[in-house]
Amino acid sequence: MQTVFKKTPILTDAVLHYCPGCGHGIVHRLVAEVIEELGIQDRAVAYVPVGCAVFGYKYFNIDCVEAAHGRAPAAATGTKRTDPNRVVFTYQGDGDLASIGAAEIVHAAHRGEKITTIFINNAIYGMTGGQMAPTTLVGQKTTTSPYGRDKDHCGSPIRVAEMLATIEGSAYIERVAVNTPANIIKAKKAIKNAFECQIAGKGFSLVEVLSNCPTNWGMSPVESMEWLEENMIPYYPLGVKKDITKEV
Amino acid sequence: MAKKLMKGCEAVAEAAIQAGCHYFFGYPITPQNDIPEYMSARLPQIGGCFLQAESEVAAINMVYGAAASGARVMTSSSSPGISLKQEGMSYLAGAELPCVVVNMVRGGPGLGSIQPSQGDYFQATRGGGHGDYHPIVLAPSSVQEAVDLMQDAFDLADVYRTPVMILADGIIGQMMEPVEFHESKNTRALPKKDWAATGWDPKSGRARAVVNSLYIEVDELQELNDRLQSRYQVIRDNETKAELYNTDGAEIIVCAYGTVARIVKSAINICEKQGVKVGLFRPITIWPFPEKELSGAMDQASVKKAITVEISAGQMVEDVRLVVNGKKPVEFFGKPGSYTPTAEEIAEYIMKSREA
Amino acid sequence: MLWTNIFAGFGGQGVLLIGQLLAYAGMYEGKNVSWLPSYGPEMRGGTANCSVVVSDEPIASPVLSMADCVIAMNTPSLDKFESCVNPGGKLFINSSIIDKKATRTDIEVYYVPCNEIAEKLENPKVANMAMLGAYLEATKAAKTESVLDALLYKLGEKKAKLIPLNKEAIEAGAASIRK
Repeated sequence: MQTVFKKTPILTDAVLHYCPGCGHGIVHRLVAEVIEELGIQDRAVAYVPVGCAVFGYKYFNIDCVEAAHGRAPAAATGTKRTDPNRVVFTYQGDGDLASIGAAEIVHAAHRGEKITTIFINNAIYGMTGGQMAPTTLVGQKTTTSPYGRDKDHCGSPIRVAEMLATIEGSAYIERVAVNTPANIIKAKKAIKNAFECQIAGKGFSLVEVLSNCPTNWGMSPVESMEWLEENMIPYYPLGVKKDITKEV
Repeated sequence: MAKKLMKGCEAVAEAAIQAGCHYFFGYPITPQNDIPEYMSARLPQIGGCFLQAESEVAAINMVYGAAASGARVMTSSSSPGISLKQEGMSYLAGAELPCVVVNMVRGGPGLGSIQPSQGDYFQATRGGGHGDYHPIVLAPSSVQEAVDLMQDAFDLADVYRTPVMILADGIIGQMMEPVEFHESKNTRALPKKDWAATGWDPKSGRARAVVNSLYIEVDELQELNDRLQSRYQVIRDNETKAELYNTDGAEIIVCAYGTVARIVKSAINICEKQGVKVGLFRPITIWPFPEKELSGAMDQASVKKAITVEISAGQMVEDVRLVVNGKKPVEFFGKPGSYTPTAEEIAEYIMKSREA
Repeated sequence: MLWTNIFAGFGGQGVLLIGQLLAYAGMYEGKNVSWLPSYGPEMRGGTANCSVVVSDEPIASPVLSMADCVIAMNTPSLDKFESCVNPGGKLFINSSIIDKKATRTDIEVYYVPCNEIAEKLENPKVANMAMLGAYLEATKAAKTESVLDALLYKLGEKKAKLIPLNKEAIEAGAASIRK
């Protein structure tokens, strides 16, 4: 019998707790496959956030550390600086990274910290029950913006990838999405580039992944993928925002 | 080794390095800046790492990360900065991570002053952050003692997998005194850090490391808390340290820690000249509080009362009252903020209190 | 032997340095010492002071409210610390820039023309050393050689050429209070 698919050993056998149709599972698998392909399990350390991915340490079959809300880039810095040979990444959502952890991510980039951040942007707080995030779109209804996000009241959504690309210390920044098979293939390539950037010691790398939240958006998984395409991608354009790895 | 005249902050930093701490993450705040400054010069010379974080919050989380990966690591700050570190302290305690945190206490609340204070006693000894935990808290009263305590601070942290705090003040930090650095000696058997997240080879035989303080199931969280509390009991039983000065046959026991304890010694000398025998109880560990040592002094028939002297509104006095437990009067002398009482004022209070 | 001292002056007059030199010298001579500065934003241009204790016995409190000796390098320091001299103690006044006299009669007062001594040596920076010289002459709290050893340690070998000038200033300060 010919093996056509095999689960990566970098994911444990634990059953994911994510809602049906959620993009987190896809991104977990992409990250794990990249770690497997790069052969770095024995020097990889994952920092998981406070948010939907809080149980990430149950799924990534590597050494894992649970960070305080928003502090993963600072804590990951501690692991990286005590042994630069380690491959250290943070996996953070939009509340964790763009709201409470804004200072930590900006300064990790500013220091050119040789870590990789996988940033899941689904425009909402998932774990706490669908509250407004800094990335929530104008007009989008959440449990704390029941009349739709009003930009005069609470500002316009933050474009994290573009913001961090302006910082001298960032080396590789790309925004991808996981709403179609083609985009998922591109997302994996971006994640691999980001890890390779770290391994080459070039500087800070981040992949912003546009993902869906069918539960808190109040949609079916299919509808949510379409909503992402029609509403998020126009505001959050995909593509490489910065790449110094190819510079001579 | 010959004695060197050193500022307390610099001596503490050097002692930490000699105790094997090669990683430091901090943020500037007066009066402890000489620690990060010293570390920034020395650590690169020995292959360590100094990093100035973007905030105290980030600094303590860098400490969390370094500790999670098994490194001997330290941070320092002063009161307002220590408040910012409390979130991280709670996570360090919850994730059972060793580290050393130095607090050169200044006057509060709020931005307060930059002068010495003892207003952070409650915060330090009761935990300071959320949840049921205690860091071990050591309170030196001289530059030499601060140096001598550093090795043990790191060893205690490793043995009990807990944050250890050095609670000093601006006087200890800014004062120069002669110090001697003794050959570093680990007096304790240090456990292997096989729990550290360093990168995992499944063939290595060790379990995959998960450094975590999240226990969503009630039973699992109970297990963590039971483990912490029984560890704290072992610490209470074995790790108290106090100085008893002139207490044998004393009429009054003055309780004071840190810099204030030294001023009390001068006050005791003044009382002695007036024919009154006063003793000093000086806790060196303020958590765990040296209950047996204080009881021993207070239970003497000659002792009529205790007077606690602090630069605070009266914080350690509560621990003293818990130990004395109503058997004898316990009085408080001191002011909150940064007013450091003089030896003459303390002596005057003691003499008046005696007549009352 | 126990000497408690407060050194006070403008930031930049070198009062913290001469206090430190006394502490080093005491330590070199095997005594217990402590040096405690006032610290904070008043470092330059404002007032600076330090408390220095030199003692044969272990030092109880390094924090001084009263002292055996007060060294006042400028008028605000004299105003602030004259009352802090222990009865029978010594007060050193930089008479080059302090134009008033001490009001206490229960202490010994020394008037040291520090800046004039320094100007004669063609280096205004050594006014503090002239004051230290007068202090050492009056108290014998430490030997001049120990102070110079301390100064060499602070300056480093590269600036060792400055030692003779400082020694001259110390000696001139001492001579200025000899009867």
